[in-house]
Amino acid sequence: MKNIDSKGHVTGKSIYLDDIPTLSGTLFGVVFDSPKAHGHINSVDYSKALTLPGVVRILTHEDVTGENQIGGIIPDEPLFATDEVHFQGQPIALIVAKSEHIASKARKLIEIDITEKEIIVDPRIAQAKGELIFPPRTFKMGDSQDAWKDCKYIFEGKADVNGQEHLYIETQGAYAQPMENGNIRISSSTQGPTAVQRAAAKVLNLGMNKIEIDVVRLGGGFGGKEDQATPWAIMAGLAVQILQKPVKVVLSRMDDMRMTGKRHPYAADYKIGFSEDHKILAYEATFFQNAGAAADLSPAVMERTLFHATNSYFVPNVEVTAYSCKTNLPPNTAFRGFGGPQGMFVIEIALRHAAKEMKVSTFSLQKKNLLKDGDEFPYGQIAGGVELEKIWSAVETKFSLEEQEARVAKFNKEHSDKKKGLSLMPITFGISFTKTPMNQARALVHIYSDGSVGISTGAVEMGQGVNTKMLQIAAQMFSIDPQKVKLESTNTTRVSNTSPTAASATADLNGKALQNACQALVMRLKKSAANHFKCGAGQVEFKDEAIYILGKDSHMTWNQLVDMAFLERVCLTENGHYATPIINFDKDKEKGHPFAYHVYGLALTEVTVDCIRGTYEFDSVKLVHDFGQSMNMSVDLGQIEGGLVQGMGWMTMEEISYDDNGRLRSNSLSTYKVPDIYSVPKELIVEPHDTVGTEMAILKSKAVGEPPLMYGIGAYFAIENAVAAFNPNYKLIQNAPFTHEKVLTGLYS
Amino acid sequence: MIEFILNDKKVTTDLPSGSLLLDFIRYEEDLKGTKIGCREGDCGACTVLIGEVVNGKMKYSNVTSCLTPIANVQGKHVVSIEGLNLKNLTPVQQYMVDEAGTQCGFCTTGFVVSLTSFCLTNETPTYEDAIASINGNICRCTGYKSIERAALHITESLKNKSTDDIISWLVEHHFIPDYFTEIQSQLSDIQPVKIRENAKILVGGGTDLYVQQHEKMVELEITALVQDEKIRFIKFEDDICTLGAATTVSDMWDSPELNQIFPKLKEHLKLVSSQPIRNISTIAGNFVNASPIGDMTAFFLALNSSITLEENGKQRTILLKDLYLGYKDLDKTENEVITQLSFEIPTKNTFFNLEKVSKRTHLDIASVNSALKIELKDDLIQKAFISAGGVGPIPMVLSKTGVFLVGKEINAENIKAANEILQTEISPMSDVRGTEEYKRLLLRQLFYAHFMKLFPEKVELGELVIRRS
Repeated sequence: MKNIDSKGHVTGKSIYLDDIPTLSGTLFGVVFDSPKAHGHINSVDYSKALTLPGVVRILTHEDVTGENQIGGIIPDEPLFATDEVHFQGQPIALIVAKSEHIASKARKLIEIDITEKEIIVDPRIAQAKGELIFPPRTFKMGDSQDAWKDCKYIFEGKADVNGQEHLYIETQGAYAQPMENGNIRISSSTQGPTAVQRAAAKVLNLGMNKIEIDVVRLGGGFGGKEDQATPWAIMAGLAVQILQKPVKVVLSRMDDMRMTGKRHPYAADYKIGFSEDHKILAYEATFFQNAGAAADLSPAVMERTLFHATNSYFVPNVEVTAYSCKTNLPPNTAFRGFGGPQGMFVIEIALRHAAKEMKVSTFSLQKKNLLKDGDEFPYGQIAGGVELEKIWSAVETKFSLEEQEARVAKFNKEHSDKKKGLSLMPITFGISFTKTPMNQARALVHIYSDGSVGISTGAVEMGQGVNTKMLQIAAQMFSIDPQKVKLESTNTTRVSNTSPTAASATADLNGKALQNACQALVMRLKKSAANHFKCGAGQVEFKDEAIYILGKDSHMTWNQLVDMAFLERVCLTENGHYATPIINFDKDKEKGHPFAYHVYGLALTEVTVDCIRGTYEFDSVKLVHDFGQSMNMSVDLGQIEGGLVQGMGWMTMEEISYDDNGRLRSNSLSTYKVPDIYSVPKELIVEPHDTVGTEMAILKSKAVGEPPLMYGIGAYFAIENAVAAFNPNYKLIQNAPFTHEKVLTGLYS
Repeated sequence: MIEFILNDKKVTTDLPSGSLLLDFIRYEEDLKGTKIGCREGDCGACTVLIGEVVNGKMKYSNVTSCLTPIANVQGKHVVSIEGLNLKNLTPVQQYMVDEAGTQCGFCTTGFVVSLTSFCLTNETPTYEDAIASINGNICRCTGYKSIERAALHITESLKNKSTDDIISWLVEHHFIPDYFTEIQSQLSDIQPVKIRENAKILVGGGTDLYVQQHEKMVELEITALVQDEKIRFIKFEDDICTLGAATTVSDMWDSPELNQIFPKLKEHLKLVSSQPIRNISTIAGNFVNASPIGDMTAFFLALNSSITLEENGKQRTILLKDLYLGYKDLDKTENEVITQLSFEIPTKNTFFNLEKVSKRTHLDIASVNSALKIELKDDLIQKAFISAGGVGPIPMVLSKTGVFLVGKEINAENIKAANEILQTEISPMSDVRGTEEYKRLLLRQLFYAHFMKLFPEKVELGELVIRRS
């Protein structure tokens, strides 16, 4: 089944936040933000801005009716700055005016006096000064310190990996309207409707029941709207509370890029040791996460870095520590992979480093150390259903790896101004929110008396096709035409206390809740049919909208059965609930079984570097991916292709740049480049791995949102290998992204 | 008052003529299929079609409505996604659905509009042209492969397209609604454009101005230079080629004569922005925004071009290179207007090349760009002009390097020696597009690349860069 939104998308009829018809009297908000990265606010003069015709009100921290606090995990982030600012772009006030244009003009009339304080942008410096968001954490297995003595080879080094701008094409925004009795309805472009509701309730001093959050769809999220859609929604809500008028706040692109956090940049130290036969015996790493000025989701992101620090390899002795470093940048946040990619990047750097020094191929080191069934992860979970070795040999055979290596070697021998590079990037990605309580979901199903079905879940549609999967599940459970099923908006009054649409787990959690709801309804309807046909409920079957009794068509249709049940006063609405079984994690011990399952895969990347100009083109990416049993290959393939290219962008051209004053230099689409259609690999082959899947995944169809992003890390190493093929003096730079600048510098260093 | 046809109806507005087409479509006409992604022409979510009568035929191009003032579409046909929708999906839309070329959907209408422009414009449609039509559209979800597959099907579906009446063929095959066939006659009912009414603010394509100053511009009345046919032309007289100031980069792309003079023209221009921007950006606009890194500036500087400036009927002609006095400082009075540019048509002994490297190869501002023109006689360099952008406060002509090369043979030794001089002529600064050291190294490489590309038999990389091993 194709994405159910496709037709609306290609005709321009799909409705996004800024397309919601505006109510009369709607006002528009523009955020006034800090021009300095760190300092004390001595005064702000709003007088000129307030006299501009059309300006209605300027809201500051003084107008907050509840608590001026939006921090979700740690309460360390005010909605509006009070007397201190901690990053450029930190919201100070909301200018509400009759048009966005007027509000923007008014913003330029605000005068602010700030006494600057010391600015820190480097996480290592922050850590050295003790500027941490929260205490460090360490995952440990075996005894690495003892193991060094058994190592034949030991390598140490540093690695840096930059952040990444989400660049959802639809910017952040919210549209709030007053309802009766002081209630407020907020349409928000958020991945976390409940997160918005909870924070809004606190800031507006209202019960969560007074605030309704509605989400139709997002024009892209990628994690950037998991936590950071919240401030704008609350600001709009606060303006509604005070002015009793509808208020829309939609960020301009530059405001969005300046004010919101991104994927966390990391600095890291690593030490890796091998036995004589090249088995990894020990691995230690220290991660310096650049969290920005407030916690946001950094604690959880940092945790996932530790979970994925050994990527797809078994290491018997591991000690990895992470510091969440407080800097004067916008609070960094969730981004597809959620800290996992940074952890995986560092061990891949360590392997590449080791391979170079040991004069062996990285591929052989990777292959030799692949995780196997029964191996223990550093966090205590025993690996099960591991597909890595099978996938590795599938890549070797399906893509004729040896031939490709020979072809590349030949090319490099024959060409002096062009060089090719290959890389293999394995992935092992854990599925579940690592905070166990978040692994729950609900789904509300109405069967209407005419046989049509309406579904509400906690899942937010942002292009990943989750609504399509939900619809498939319901249609399959009831055995009815998908056309009969409607997906409702995601709304906190219909499905409450939702987890954000994140962690790749949304289809699993909401899909299984939906299955439970549908199953309960199916049982009720079967009972009605059994009463009617005087048989056992177990003898009733639904097939293509017909009711079968003991395998024979009863000539009763789905619609007739529904109508009959309704007249019999059978409840045709059900709320399904699902909580992932088995999983647990003990943070005191840093051990447990946090993941429902893992997703595996391996990508083979080939690049050609232009050694005159220092540019590159990707010839191919060929990968074997563990979908389990994909329930929708069209949707899942889209996630693989899109995730891969996004990961390649992170590793190649996407370069976030802040100056020493904490000013974002890559602050627009003309200075921050994401892949365009000419940047993508010329050939992209995605082979589904032949496997049975797991019952823990919805319909055995494994989560697919985040894992493919990490295939993109292969781009970095392919480029590096090509550069090294040209320049025998090339020293590993250990610093992503591998921009054109770094390539040229590497070629001629 | 501005008057044009939006989809199937004539619209008029008293909004300032500098206000933006995007806002007009979304907020005045309430057509919400055209999206706002960046407001700087870099994402393509706001792409619309603009149709105008050229040589007695409708000619459509895809443009970014976020940079297009409504003055620029006076008397033209503007098509948003709503103006393409039929009862059933068009083949462009259907293939995008079939190939899952849409995920979150926010960029999708821009892709559909651009791919439809491909159907409307190309007489002999190729897959490369189909991809070129969407090179200004950014999608953050799909990774483009599904869109490539859709583009391939669309190209195939145009195999039997009629070349003499494209619009009727497309209407007949349900690519576009049938009202398209009536547009040309309806446009003739709209008043011709009055050039230079009272507005003092002159706007070319707007592709830089509206990025830098959009809040101010939307309140102003402007004079739309692109509406002035007198300054939009490409002429060849004797050995001189003259281009009107409002000639767009796409006009150059489409010119058979220019493609003959510069056999690699399309390869060069492909590095310049994206198709929707090339469709509206003018050459003089690239000169007067005074960016030290304008691609077309580098192109024409190496051709040793002259420009003509006009004020109150008084004209003067100067070398393009002399327009640039200092950073954003031009030898041009406030009211002077560039009317045309001219250069000597290269002979068979002339060799020309453009190089550019940026963070992303396409639709990006250069880290460094450079063009080279060389005239040879008996294997010796007679004249050499080298331009370079991104390595100083102004777009530069590296004249000392050029002088050094005169009388020399083309060989690695001379080129390396020329680079030594070149490095003394530039003063790059570290910024978001690269460090100073990188820009110096990059310009060296691009300078070498000129020769390697033009004279592959005379120079090779190994001789130019000695690698220690």
